[in-house]
Amino acid sequence: MEALLNTALGTVFWSTISFLVVLVLLRRLAWGPILQGLKDREEEIDGALNKAKEARAEIENLQADNERLLQEARAERDGMLRDARDMADKLVADAKQQAKDEGERMIDQAKQAIDGERAAAVAELKAEVAKLSLDIAEKLVRQELKDEASQQELIGRMITDSKLN
Amino acid sequence: MMNFTLSSMGKQRLTQGLLGLFLALGLCGIAQASGTEGGKPNPGEFIIHHIADAHDIHLWGDGPSALHIPLPILSYVPGYGLDVFSSVHLLHHGEDHVDESDHGMGDPAHAGHEAREAEDGHTAHGGHGGGTYHSEKTHLTYHLDGNGVLHAEDHGGHAAQIYDLSISKSVFGMFVVIFLMLLVFPRVGAAYKKRKGQAPKGLQNALEPLILFIRDEVAVPSIGEKKAGRYLPFLLTVFFFIFFCNLLGLIPFIGGFNVTGTVGVTLTLATFVFIITTVSGNKHYWGHILWPPGVPLPIKFILVPVEVVGILLKPTVLMIRLTANIGAGHIIILALTFLVFIISDYGQHVVAGVGTGIFSVAFMIFMYFIELLVAFLQAYVFTLLAALYFGDATQEAHH
Repeated sequence: MEALLNTALGTVFWSTISFLVVLVLLRRLAWGPILQGLKDREEEIDGALNKAKEARAEIENLQADNERLLQEARAERDGMLRDARDMADKLVADAKQQAKDEGERMIDQAKQAIDGERAAAVAELKAEVAKLSLDIAEKLVRQELKDEASQQELIGRMITDSKLN
Repeated sequence: MMNFTLSSMGKQRLTQGLLGLFLALGLCGIAQASGTEGGKPNPGEFIIHHIADAHDIHLWGDGPSALHIPLPILSYVPGYGLDVFSSVHLLHHGEDHVDESDHGMGDPAHAGHEAREAEDGHTAHGGHGGGTYHSEKTHLTYHLDGNGVLHAEDHGGHAAQIYDLSISKSVFGMFVVIFLMLLVFPRVGAAYKKRKGQAPKGLQNALEPLILFIRDEVAVPSIGEKKAGRYLPFLLTVFFFIFFCNLLGLIPFIGGFNVTGTVGVTLTLATFVFIITTVSGNKHYWGHILWPPGVPLPIKFILVPVEVVGILLKPTVLMIRLTANIGAGHIIILALTFLVFIISDYGQHVVAGVGTGIFSVAFMIFMYFIELLVAFLQAYVFTLLAALYFGDATQEAHH
């Protein structure tokens, strides 16, 4: 056991020197560049990942924008179509209404014209009948009034007939 | 660690199958035991010898045929000066192959050493003890004792106060790890600069998960996003240092490094943690230690000493945990190796040796996987606790 626990001064001396030399040299030549390199690379990878994430978000944004634009365009088209249809319907309806009104007006006018015509015709007919009646009456009177009796009879018949109108 | 068995085994592995492997283990154990002159080695001593730090890298073999890589010894003795020489002079026993100075058998220091050797009886396994070295510069005589500790004696044979600054096995292993770290990480760092903004590749790709793990699972949750950056270089260095040292200890055939199982190394690491924690401790931290708020006065007298002891205890526990865990892993693998020798009574019962060898090797393979996990786990635990202590020290008051 003595041999195991024997700590020669030389061992301590040389290990101190060796360790310090390695520590100082490696710190400068190895650990510094290695740790810096690792850190740089990690940052680079982080940066790249972040950039990729941003790019993806941007693409998603763009897609959303596109979708929105498309939606808007579709809505607008629908609106326009509806407007057009409405307008067409209205035009047709207006035209129909106008035609109907015109028709009605024309019918009224025709009716009025007919009424007028008829009234005029009736009046004319009346006048004609009256004239005819007078003519007939004159003729009859001239013929009948040759005797008294026949005159009386004629007048009576004529009066009865005239009640027709 | 288990180098000598595994290496002999490795030579035969190419030509033999798995069964051959098991057989080889048993047989080489027998060969090993019979090659050891003068009785049976003590398993406990043997294991400790392989776990402990040494002044050489013992690759394989035993006694005079052992293959050692000698390591430089640096010794400073106040009043005498610094001596630098190869540990090859101290390794081998009985041979006068190293002494450059011409001290003869009549040298009192040498004679004294011989006598001590006889008393110690630490001669069963190579590596420690044996030769002496006489420095012409300082006129000191050096030798290693049974525990592998360096001793120096002056002309009169009196022991001198010694500062052993040798490049020991653990220090050498640490240098290997440091060399690897300095080879690998600056390249990775350069890759981050060069391949900026590109996916990681190759070495960079292999190490990035670990670096990220330390940053995101250890430092940031413990210290907080804002302050973690200040401590990360330390935490990363500590983590990879321990992890690489642990893995180095698991490589067979290279002498069984036990860097993080060496108290001196973990002591140093724990001291760094202690210093950083203490230096970065803010008012809130010290307030909680020295005058815990919301605690009745009598309790404060109990709590404050406990907290003060805790300051030192925390890094001490870090040190012990790491050393013990790594050392224990090595001990288990060595003990499993030794089981073969013990059960076969050092080559007396071949069948028992082979039979045990099969199970020992199976267990050893299992242990190796566990040790691979532990190598990572202990590096992680050390780093995590260090990060928690730093987090504690820098936490802002929030209640």
